[in-house]
Amino acid sequence: MADLGRAALVVTLGLAVYSLVAGGIAARRSERRLAASARNALYCSFASTLVAAAVLATALVRHDFSFKYVAAHTNRHLPVAYTLSAFWGGQEGSLLLWLLVLTGYGALAVAINRRLLRDLTAWVVPVIGGIATFFSFVLVAVASPFGTQTAPFDGNGLTPSLQNPYMVAHPPMLYLGYVGLSVPFAFAAGALLSGRTDERWIIATRRWTLAAWAFLGFGQLLGAHWAYVEVGWGGYYAWDPVENAALMPWLAATAFLHSVMVQERKGMLKVWNMVLVALAFELSVFGTFLTRSGVVNSIHSFSKSSIGPWFLVFVVISSVFSLALIMWRLPLLKAKTKLESALSREAAFLYNNLLLVALCLTILWGVLWPIVTQLVKGETRTMGRPYYDFFLRTFGLPLLLLMGIGPLIAWRKTSLRGLTRTLAWPVGAAVVTGVALAAAGADSSTPGLIAYTFSAFVLATIMVELVRGTRATGSLFLLVARNRRRYGGYVVHAAIVLLAIGIAGSSAYSSSVERRLTLGQSMTVAGYTLTNRGVTVDSKANVTETRAHLAVKGPWSGTISSGDNQYVNPPEPSREVGIKTDWLRGEDLYVIVDESHPKTGLIYVQVLVKPLVNLIWIAGIVFLFGSAVALWPDAREQRRLVARFATAVP
Amino acid sequence: MIFVGLLLAAAVVVLVALPFLREPVADDDRLDAPSEAEGRRLTLVEERDRALAALKELEFDHRTGKVDDADYRELVGPLRQAAAVALRALDTPQE
Repeated sequence: MADLGRAALVVTLGLAVYSLVAGGIAARRSERRLAASARNALYCSFASTLVAAAVLATALVRHDFSFKYVAAHTNRHLPVAYTLSAFWGGQEGSLLLWLLVLTGYGALAVAINRRLLRDLTAWVVPVIGGIATFFSFVLVAVASPFGTQTAPFDGNGLTPSLQNPYMVAHPPMLYLGYVGLSVPFAFAAGALLSGRTDERWIIATRRWTLAAWAFLGFGQLLGAHWAYVEVGWGGYYAWDPVENAALMPWLAATAFLHSVMVQERKGMLKVWNMVLVALAFELSVFGTFLTRSGVVNSIHSFSKSSIGPWFLVFVVISSVFSLALIMWRLPLLKAKTKLESALSREAAFLYNNLLLVALCLTILWGVLWPIVTQLVKGETRTMGRPYYDFFLRTFGLPLLLLMGIGPLIAWRKTSLRGLTRTLAWPVGAAVVTGVALAAAGADSSTPGLIAYTFSAFVLATIMVELVRGTRATGSLFLLVARNRRRYGGYVVHAAIVLLAIGIAGSSAYSSSVERRLTLGQSMTVAGYTLTNRGVTVDSKANVTETRAHLAVKGPWSGTISSGDNQYVNPPEPSREVGIKTDWLRGEDLYVIVDESHPKTGLIYVQVLVKPLVNLIWIAGIVFLFGSAVALWPDAREQRRLVARFATAVP
Repeated sequence: MIFVGLLLAAAVVVLVALPFLREPVADDDRLDAPSEAEGRRLTLVEERDRALAALKELEFDHRTGKVDDADYRELVGPLRQAAAVALRALDTPQE
């Protein structure tokens, strides 16, 4: 079995190298049969990677501990879902998933566009082949999932914190996002290499970018929820380097999704769009590098390994390649029009882009800071939460405001008179909300109050847009169907508003109290009274569960339990928090028992009350819905593209 | 297992070589890419579509009240002109 997996990966490597070399020669010399052969090699590389993936999945399900990977990440007690999720629980498996998604995406994108963009796909094949060459080389030579040994009776098991339903979905979602960004990058590089820098590459990759961006965004929210319920520190985002690694390409892709509309409408920002596509791709590889190299300390340090230098070399080479390509083709990327007014939709997109990229780069600087200080001063220093929070407020709040202003400004030019009239309702709604909240006591946090006021402004903007659009077309359905991208985008904006309200509420207005409680002793937090009712210990086959039980009285009454699990295999502890969600009040009661003594009943407990935190998870669902609306295939658009090409190239 | 592996490898070799097996000798082996003239025409078609889409969007923004009458009158002229220029250029025979 392992031999078949190893052989399949070697075949993938050979095919990827062939796609790179033969595809490059074919595109350069314009040789049709060789280009088709290289394209077939790319298709086959997906098939051979699928064989390798099937071998690993079969070994996992069959508990074949002669595979080192299976023995290292699973055991016989592990439920089937977690056994399968161990595929991406370890480094080698997750790299195999990267390669599988890359070759799958690449083959599909090339197959779909091979007729309409035949001159361009000839160059896309070697670019995807080059990326696949790197990953298959790492899998064959550095981190193979098919190493074997004499099979032990049982395996080590999966890290307890990964035994969570969110961890079944979170990593594949992120990988679908990370790897998805390779497709627009490959098409952008193909456009530059072929000299065909017209709009076709953008139209061809628009949905790929949107899908990758949606996966990346939703994957991060799944990860945030996992951190909230499983890691047990009371938060959902710690500005951990690996969390940031997923956020950065998402921010770059968000900027690209906006600025690409300026290129489509006005033929501007061509260089900027190329830079953003390259940046998003490089950051996605850098994100994998951060996750897998262990170069910076992180809660994800379970994945430390020695593949880091290989990734670093790849990031450097591909960055130099991208920059050189853009510089080489600068004359082809000149804009044909200029910004006509600072008060126009395209100008609003430009401001939005500057803020997004500034936020992305400040986060990157924060992530790199420990490496920089280690190299320069010989000691590792990290950027703390205040650094990131400061820049989130500095760039995030204006971004929120722009999200409301942008849709109300027309393309090309808007007079101040027209804008004032259009803004009247949203501004009125925002002012009323702000004043009402301040009167209700929400002014204890200025950033929180600003976030709520801006959120009301954005929601009012969306409502105004929907009402006016429906009046003009006569039907909401028709309005959305005619411009899914715009109205799907508005739904996503609504999701971001929910996210902002959730983040502001749960961080700026949360309460937290830590206490040492003896048996029967009570504590009070934000209207809740919690009384220590004792500690129980429950020994099961693979785990000993210790739980402290607290009786709760207040807005909600009942019992809440928290403690820890001590696993036998792997011999690791896992913190188990107690969470009670009150949907009516829109808040969570969150209990963390840090230390408990079963004999005496003494516990050390932290209790948090987090208002509006659940809006963050609801935002995830709204985000998915909005992305689906924007992604929904548009037959009219496809016909337009075909007709355009047919007109130009009879 | 070795047999399965060999079978897969053979299938891969055949698929990769297929374009050459189908056409051992090709009359025209050049990639079917747009010529320079077709490339220019493609750019013109893009400009036409861009101008027409901008006009459509302006009309919609005017109807929804996002663009007032004065702004509409100021913007619609240049857009119509851009669309007309692109349409005329497309109708002109090119080398």
